[in-house]
Amino acid sequence: VNQKVRKVGVVGIGHGKFGVRTDVNVSELAWEAMKLACVDAHLTPKDIEFCAIGSAFSGMTYEEALAAVTITEYANMMPTGHVRCESACATGSAAVHIAYMKVASGISDMVMALGVEKMTEVDTPTTVEFIGRGGSYLWEYENFGLTFPGYYALMATAHMARFGTTMEDLARVAVKNHHYGKINENAYLRNEITVEDVLASRPIAWPNKFLDCCPINDGAIAISL
Amino acid sequence: MALESKFSEVAENEFYSPAYNKFLSERKLVGSKCKKCGHICVPPKPICPKCQGSEVELADIKGKGKLVAYTVVAVGAPLMVEEGFDREHHYCSGVVELEEGARITARILGMDVTKPDQIKIGAPVTVEYVEAMHSGEKKTFLAFRALP
Repeated sequence: VNQKVRKVGVVGIGHGKFGVRTDVNVSELAWEAMKLACVDAHLTPKDIEFCAIGSAFSGMTYEEALAAVTITEYANMMPTGHVRCESACATGSAAVHIAYMKVASGISDMVMALGVEKMTEVDTPTTVEFIGRGGSYLWEYENFGLTFPGYYALMATAHMARFGTTMEDLARVAVKNHHYGKINENAYLRNEITVEDVLASRPIAWPNKFLDCCPINDGAIAISL
Repeated sequence: MALESKFSEVAENEFYSPAYNKFLSERKLVGSKCKKCGHICVPPKPICPKCQGSEVELADIKGKGKLVAYTVVAVGAPLMVEEGFDREHHYCSGVVELEEGARITARILGMDVTKPDQIKIGAPVTVEYVEAMHSGEKKTFLAFRALP
C-alpha cells in the first residue's frame, strides 16, 4: 500500500426517488440526493470543497449542457470546485472515483460525488440514438446501427460461445436486480420477477430482452466522502 | 437536432476516415499495414497502435472472415428504422475477425433473424456492400454475408 494514500470514508449518503421525474428539473433532482448526503453527514453544502458530478447525457437527454455548473450553483456550493464526468454505465462510479482520489491524495478533506441522469425529457428513439452513439459514430453507430443493449449483446453472444453462458444465467442477473429494487423504496421498478418472466419478455437486442435491460428513467444519488 | 459527421470531400490522407469512406463507396475494403511489425488495422490508422511505428501502407483486405460476436436488434437505431427495420423486422449486426487478423464491426446479412439462437459464432462470412439513404444522402455501408 502506498503510504501517501490516505484512507477515505463515506460519511453520508443520499438516495433520491427514481422514476419518470417530470416534476423536477435536473438541479432539483440532484439536490434531493445532495441534501440527504449533507444531512446524513451533518454538513452543509458550504462544507464541501469539491463536487464530482457524473452525468453522461447532460445537454442531450435533458436541457442543461453544463450540469456541474448548474447543479453546484443550485445547491449553493459556490465557489466549490466541480467537474462533470462520464463513463457510460459506470458514470456514477467515475464520479466516486474522482471524489475518492481528491481525498486519498490529500488535496481535499471533504468532497461529494453525485450521479444524476434525466433521460425521460426526450422520446425513446432519441434516447436510443444518443446512447447508441456511445461508440464510434462512423464505424459503429451509422455503419451498422448499434444500440446500447446491442453493444452488450455483442459481448453476451461472444461470452456465451466462449464460456457456455446461457440465457438463464443472464436472466438471473435481472431477477437479482429486481429483487433489490423490490426492497428499495426509492427504486423505479419495485416488482419481483422470475427467470421465466425474463426469458418470455420481448427481445430488445438478442440475447438481451426487455427485462434484461435498464429502463429509461430519471434519478440521482450522492455520497459525502 | 441530428448531428452528422461532415467530412471534406477531398480525401487528403488515405489513412483517415474520409478516404476510408471513399474506398467503401467504391466497394473496396482497405486497412493499414505497419511496415515495421506487419500489424493490420481496419479501418486504417496512420500510426501503428501496436508498435507505434509511423511507417504504414495501405493494405487491400480480402473480405473473408468469421463471425466472433453478434446481436439481432429489435428496438433499432432511428437511422435503421428509417431503412425499414422495426420491432417486427429485426437486423443482425456483428463483429467479424478478418483473415488478415483485424476485427471489424459490420452489418451481418444472410442470417435468419427470426432464429437468433441458431446463428453460430465462428460462421464464415464474406464482405458485401449495402447502399442506403441516410438523411437524404446515399451512403455505402460495410456488411458481411454468411456463406452457405
